[in-house]
Amino acid sequence: MSEHNFPLELADANRPMVRFANVTKSYGALTVLNSLDLDVTANEMVSIIGPSGSGKTTVLRMLMTLETINSGVIYVDGQPLTHMPGNGKLVPANEAHLRKQRSNIGMVFQHFNLFPHMTALKNCMEAPIQVLGIDRDEAEARAIELLDMVGLADKKDQHPSRLSGGQQQRVAIARALCMRPKVMLLDEVTSALDPEVIGEVLNVIRQLNSEHSLTMLMVTHQMGFAKEISDRVCFFYAGKIAEQGPPEQLFGDPQNDRTKQFLHAVLDAG
Amino acid sequence: MNFIEFLAEHSPRLLSGTFVTIQQTVLAILLAVTIATVMGLMRLSRNVLIRGFSTCYIEFFRGTSLLVQLYWIFFVLPLFGVTLEKFVAGFVAVGLNLGAYGAEVVRGAIQSVPRGQYEASLALNMSPATRMRRIILPQAILIMIPPWGNLLIELLKATALVSLISVADLMFQSKQINGSTFLSIEAFGSALIIYYIMARLLITPAMRWFERHTARQMGRA
Amino acid sequence: MFDWRWDFVIEIMPRLLWATVNTLIAAGLGFAIALVLGLLFALAQRTPYRAITIIVREIVEFIRSTPLVLQIFFVFFVGPQFGIRLSPWTSGMIAIGLHYAAYLSEVYRAGIDSVPKGQWEACRALNFSTRYTYFNVVIPQALPASLPGMGNYLIGIFKDTPMLSVIGVAELMHTANALGSETYRFLEPYTMVGVIFLLISLPSAAGIRWFEAWVRRSLGMSR
Repeated sequence: MSEHNFPLELADANRPMVRFANVTKSYGALTVLNSLDLDVTANEMVSIIGPSGSGKTTVLRMLMTLETINSGVIYVDGQPLTHMPGNGKLVPANEAHLRKQRSNIGMVFQHFNLFPHMTALKNCMEAPIQVLGIDRDEAEARAIELLDMVGLADKKDQHPSRLSGGQQQRVAIARALCMRPKVMLLDEVTSALDPEVIGEVLNVIRQLNSEHSLTMLMVTHQMGFAKEISDRVCFFYAGKIAEQGPPEQLFGDPQNDRTKQFLHAVLDAG
Repeated sequence: MNFIEFLAEHSPRLLSGTFVTIQQTVLAILLAVTIATVMGLMRLSRNVLIRGFSTCYIEFFRGTSLLVQLYWIFFVLPLFGVTLEKFVAGFVAVGLNLGAYGAEVVRGAIQSVPRGQYEASLALNMSPATRMRRIILPQAILIMIPPWGNLLIELLKATALVSLISVADLMFQSKQINGSTFLSIEAFGSALIIYYIMARLLITPAMRWFERHTARQMGRA
Repeated sequence: MFDWRWDFVIEIMPRLLWATVNTLIAAGLGFAIALVLGLLFALAQRTPYRAITIIVREIVEFIRSTPLVLQIFFVFFVGPQFGIRLSPWTSGMIAIGLHYAAYLSEVYRAGIDSVPKGQWEACRALNFSTRYTYFNVVIPQALPASLPGMGNYLIGIFKDTPMLSVIGVAELMHTANALGSETYRFLEPYTMVGVIFLLISLPSAAGIRWFEAWVRRSLGMSR
């Protein structure tokens, strides 16, 4: 499908921070996401829930440009992410365009993906220095400030292997914040953690949500947390948004049978 | 003549041969590591031509014998107007050959760095060059030290072949001593022992130290 | 181009092809010796006697860390010092066989180590003899894990046979040297030797990969 009919940019004042416009992603015969339309407004906190294989993580990975898309366009802050203007229409983005657009987005991974050969502080300083080109002192000040925010200023000289899972994930959040993204992607950030340290990570996310002006997309299995913190919850099923709405409505009075089944299953499991 | 007397008489030749072997080994290591890094990285390129070139290089040098390559470089290359002095031809052949094996080690190590590291550095918007230089390579180095340890011992052993184009290395000297004294056990036996000492008491401990040092630097002590 | 003479290539081909046959025989014989000796080396390191284990381990280490070409000279020249004359072929096969036996013993060792401990315990529980345990339970399982290493060393032996030329075994390299000194032409003999090596080792490597996959499949070990 061609992208001829998509606008070159979204210019109006009420434009969404993130827009998925008719996005399809497939691997061979397997369609992971089917004609997805999703707008996220600035400073909104959107949770994505759904059974495994429903395509929810793929949404984040496409937005981070870790996955290419087969058709449709993704816009971030009004600019096309996956495409760029060329001869008055949208053409697939080149590496330079991707690098420019990526600077709006930060991501925290399920398995932290901290750099094992760098201390917590260096993990947070590396990209600001190498990518943003800011000087060492400023990068260090920024890193310490954010490590302090996640409560780990005293661990700054530790390598990841010396930190607990919860601590590693908090460093990973600080690392992503050091790049000052407009959009923050949280991909099952507590799924790899021991139960007793999940709370400390959730607290940091609560703090982020209340104190920073960030647009957040969060894939999670923590239903209680999603209900508490989200402005909107999207339930994905088989590559589509089966149902979405404010958390009270989606958890309290789900309309779709799939949503009901899913919520029953996860809430019964405890 | 007992072994002590043998050593007293012939140790100068054995030592000078050992020194040449060490020179050949060090120069060949420098060449092999350079080639292995370049070819290993090219092997991972997305460009078909670049990848194809390194694949051909690796398959060619691993598919033919070092001795054939050495003779070819020393005896045939001059016909093409490239004349290398025997000392140079020696370590160049060894370096080119072991570099091909090293390239596969480099490629394997880079590929075994967890994919999440690549994704995290991409999410932090690092350029491909920064990703490789600052994130992937430092981790790959730790992975590739043990296989390189084995490869360097193979390289040391391979330098013995340069004696066949008359580079006066340890092998060459022991052959000369054997030729003049007919004391084969002593002549070849001492050379074998010296090679063993260089492999087990120099290369292996050096690589162990390097591995521990690198691991410590990465906070994995 | 560079004075390359096809008529000369055609003239020397029969001798090079005969030498190729010798090279292949040398590689095959060397490999056969290495397979048997290597197994002995590996099993000797698993006896209950620590002294034997340590001694064999050191011998293996020694052989692996010293140059094959030096070992070939050693075997060839040491015999006469004691009044034993070994032919170039015999000493060459002993040296290559021993050298690669050291490498193959490591392959066997890794293969045997890859068999889960539970298999040994099950054999003990069923009161199998040690011999029966090795030959009917452990080795059949260790074999697939050992195949890639064995295949690589077969090709390794093939590529090391030119070293036999130093004591006068009439394989490819020796023949190329002889042709060179008879005709004062080195370009064609050495280049053709290289070509012959490539033509044999590249398809063999591919063949061994295929064989490996086939064994795994037929033992039901691949996914």
